Amino acid sequence: MIKIRLVEESFVEPIVKGEIKTPCHLYTGEEAIATGVCATLNLDDRVFGNHRSHGHYLAKGGSLKKMVAEIYSRKTGCAKGRGGSMHLCAPDVGMMGAAPIVGGTISLAVGSALASKIKKDKRVTVSFFGDGATGEGVLYESLNFASLKKLSIIFACENNLYSTHMPINECRPDSDIYKIALPFDIKSFRVDGNDVLKVYEIAKKSVEMCRSGKGPVFIEFLTYRLRGHVGPDDNIQGTHTDIRPKSEIEKWRKKDPLKKFEKYLIRNKITDDQKLKSIKKEIEKEVITAHNFAKNSPYPKENELEKYVFKK
Amino acid sequence: MSSKNRKLSYSLAINEALHQTMGTDNSVFLIGQGVKSPWYVGNTARGLLERFGPQKIIDTPVSENAITGCAVGAAIAGMRPVVVHPRMDFMLYALDPIINEAANWYYMNGGNLSVPVVIWGIINRGGEQAAQHSQALHGIFAHIPGLKVVMPSTPYDAKGLMVSAISDDNPVVFIDDRWLYAVEDYVPKEIYSVEIGKGVIRRNGKDVTLVSVSYMAYQSVKAAKELEKSGIDVEIIDLRSIKPIDKNLLFKSIKKTGKLVVADAGWKTCGFSSEISALAGESGYLKLPVLRITLPDCPAPASRMLEKAYYPDYKKIVAAVKKTFKK
Repeated sequence: MIKIRLVEESFVEPIVKGEIKTPCHLYTGEEAIATGVCATLNLDDRVFGNHRSHGHYLAKGGSLKKMVAEIYSRKTGCAKGRGGSMHLCAPDVGMMGAAPIVGGTISLAVGSALASKIKKDKRVTVSFFGDGATGEGVLYESLNFASLKKLSIIFACENNLYSTHMPINECRPDSDIYKIALPFDIKSFRVDGNDVLKVYEIAKKSVEMCRSGKGPVFIEFLTYRLRGHVGPDDNIQGTHTDIRPKSEIEKWRKKDPLKKFEKYLIRNKITDDQKLKSIKKEIEKEVITAHNFAKNSPYPKENELEKYVFKK
Repeated sequence: MSSKNRKLSYSLAINEALHQTMGTDNSVFLIGQGVKSPWYVGNTARGLLERFGPQKIIDTPVSENAITGCAVGAAIAGMRPVVVHPRMDFMLYALDPIINEAANWYYMNGGNLSVPVVIWGIINRGGEQAAQHSQALHGIFAHIPGLKVVMPSTPYDAKGLMVSAISDDNPVVFIDDRWLYAVEDYVPKEIYSVEIGKGVIRRNGKDVTLVSVSYMAYQSVKAAKELEKSGIDVEIIDLRSIKPIDKNLLFKSIKKTGKLVVADAGWKTCGFSSEISALAGESGYLKLPVLRITLPDCPAPASRMLEKAYYPDYKKIVAAVKKTFKK
């Protein structure tokens, strides 16, 4: 969780300076969800992401260096400079890809779960999508088919209350997203997505259900992004597109998932301030190393532009 | 070796390809609307459900977008799915998983994740079915980088190209035409493949090159016989794949004849016929302007009288070629 936060925050300066151009949808504020969910998965379980997937990639175990290099659009990136921030993948650890077409990977995740059913390999697939995706028809088609075939898939809806700039009450007649799964006979839960222990608990239960053939499961995680829709903060970048009320942002800052978990750890004497500081220091070093690795890596060559259109 | 006389219909040739690939590769499965209904898919799925069971022969609700995405996702996860659209007009609901996801996936993931899926779209037209039950949309898919598009015209190619499409590591759009389903011809019993991107000369000729695929290639063979009577010696190229295009075969032929006719079951503007014409134009081999026989830029009508005017066939090819190239 700390790693995701520090990595996301490390992008702010290079974005503002223009060193990073690929549109970065930062996960700051939502770290508990990817962390809590992926902690319950096996290495060979699969996840599919969306436009805001730095956290999913890291939590599933994707290489930090390769991710940072991809964001600097280098040849050493996880997609060799062809994908950018919105197409992170690490198939060796089950991160099967991400895509910014809203709802676009939901049906792919259903297909991954169908593959597991045919192969009887007991893997679980997680589809991460946002509240915005509840406006896409493919979600409902996917819920129906996944339930019909009793697939081992978790539909993980990260509800950060905004579909880009649009508040949820302007997108939906009611904001109880978890209820959309019920008519499809899918077990559905809603939890505080900023409480990593609660996330872990519900994810663990859901994974167990899927593993024992009682899937699919739908989970709505309530959360909030502490940065702009894209980029660090639209106001810093001068375009002023973040039109969320300041008081609302402040309210959610107090519910920061990292602060919440740190308090819990200290209160229960699981760790102390000193230890936390040294963990952060260590991760900071790792992040700096990753940035240096990326910046010192070559760009993909022009003569390799058409490489990877087709698999030979 | 099988007998040269073994004949099979076009639709049963596809059926045989599915039986044989599923019989030898556990990762192949068939998914789509009506796979257990002959009314939807002709007899292309005959015996599959009985042999491979409902886990592998998956009939689905009408959810083209999610079901196609599901096939694409299963391919990303290591399967070799065939997703069928019994009428390709409905396949438009699935443009996102086909174009945004499947076609781009390998590239945008830097070659780390391939998508070995077959997207099978059936052209099903005529019979006064009107505009939304008649469209031949191959041009749309051939436009997209990352997709291969095949359009067999004979039972032999239908089987061989389906086998190749299934074993290809890339997304392949396999487009067939219900008007060809009853055509019978030689099909070997054993499993074999026809290379994607390789065309074939159906008839050698010296006067004019006639390029087509699928049903129009079938019509071109008939047209050439008629034209022979009028002293026009036509060379017929059946490209079989419209992406990638067998450019060498095309160039070799037009270098010889200097004249090009393209016959296509799609619309004229920005379609297969436009692409072939452009390639020929770029080659510098043509001595006369290109002749195109296509659908008019008009939706498919219902009335049988209008249908007659709408769909090109061998008679229209004969008439147009005679008018343009008669010595």
